[in-house]
Amino acid sequence: MNPTLLSARALHHSYGHTPALRGVDLDIAQGEIVAVTGPSGCGKSTLLHCLAGLIRPDSGQVRYRDTRLDDRSEAARSRLRRTEFGVLFQFGQLVAELPGAENVALPLLLAGASRRSAAAAARSWLERLGVAAAADRLPGEMSGGEQQRCALARALVTDPAVVFADEPTGALDSLAGEKVLTELVRIARERGTAVVLVTHDSQVAAYAGREIALRDGAADPLTLPVGGAA
Amino acid sequence: MSTPHVLLGLLSAGPLHGYDLKRAHDQRLPRARPLAYGQVYATLARLARDGLVTATGTDRAAGPDRTAYAVSDAGRAALDAWLGEIEPPAPHVASAMLAKVVIALLAADTARARDYLARQRAAHAARLRDLTAVKTAPDATLGDLVAADHAILHLDADLRWMQNTAGRVADLHTEVHR
Ligand SMILES: Nc1ncnc2c1ncn2[C@@H]1O[C@H](COP(=O)(O)OP(=O)(O)OP(=O)(O)O)[C@@H](O)[C@H]1O
Ligand SMILES: [Mg+2]
Repeated sequence: MNPTLLSARALHHSYGHTPALRGVDLDIAQGEIVAVTGPSGCGKSTLLHCLAGLIRPDSGQVRYRDTRLDDRSEAARSRLRRTEFGVLFQFGQLVAELPGAENVALPLLLAGASRRSAAAAARSWLERLGVAAAADRLPGEMSGGEQQRCALARALVTDPAVVFADEPTGALDSLAGEKVLTELVRIARERGTAVVLVTHDSQVAAYAGREIALRDGAADPLTLPVGGAA
Repeated sequence: MSTPHVLLGLLSAGPLHGYDLKRAHDQRLPRARPLAYGQVYATLARLARDGLVTATGTDRAAGPDRTAYAVSDAGRAALDAWLGEIEPPAPHVASAMLAKVVIALLAADTARARDYLARQRAAHAARLRDLTAVKTAPDATLGDLVAADHAILHLDADLRWMQNTAGRVADLHTEVHR
């Protein structure tokens, strides 16, 4: 088993009076692909946002390598996210005004790469993901599957240690979804990237090596763990 | 499923020995029950007797396991006819699973039924993961994807059924004991 990369202890989080997480513990190893599953509203996205440092939990700890994320400022978390994390959401969330290649290059430019090297890296990722033709098109001129592969390229372009994916195929038909997930898993295995894959879909969860099932903001006592031992 | 027709179909790509035919079967139809070698040889013998396959190859004298079989014209016609028939759309969703849930509620309680569903779900999910790994293997062919897909989609249907049923266990308990 690889060393632990990301861990959470006793995470609690509420939105006003609505509790979303009520004491979640987990450990994710380097290079591990973990699915977070459970019914709508059980707290999957909230957990992902806490792990990725997008929100600070009300209480509990999130640790990435030797760094506590939960007590860091937004600026510090954002710096870490830029270089160490990649994120992929249900609806690509590409910048509508920028063509594919510029969308993909964005994280590299924010991290201080030169324009030329960022553009070259962006194009090579788009090519690897089979959407080279999207490089010069605006998101509005791409199909949903193309947008999502473009968003995946953007999530991978900095060679992050962890990719956080929240229902990344929720808006795609099953063959388009298969392309995105297959590439994500293959690339993660090649590079030793950890993946946190949030989904309510068993078929999507089956791409992960292990499943963490939530129910009402905590580990589901009725769902036996799948995977992880091997 | 008709094993003779399936074997005819597998042979239509080219002659195979019984051993390779069994392996082709288990690889192409991962969700079917694996065939026993004896069943393969017995079926081949029957197909040969009926003129649907013919023994070929140079080592016929070496015994049945060294004999390769090829589809005859009559065999091709039989295969074509079978391919033209539709299969009865019977729901094969595990009447066994349904039976277990109902018996658990009758003979025990909701906890027993939920426990059964949780264990069944874990087994299905583990199998689903193995089949999905076939698809993400670096050397996966389109044939691998197509074969795995069928099993994946059926397992997923079973999993959805289990999820719904788990959500209905309490009401089902009331109904079963009414
Ligand atoms: N921004 C918000 N403001 C108020 N309540 C929220 C907010 N985001 C989530 N919630 C609530 O917190 C709980 C957990 O939501 P979360 O989005 O984490 O669930 P989820 O498992 O991702 O659901 P889904 O599968 O529908 O995406 C829900 O009850 C939800 O209504
Ligand atoms: Mg969500």
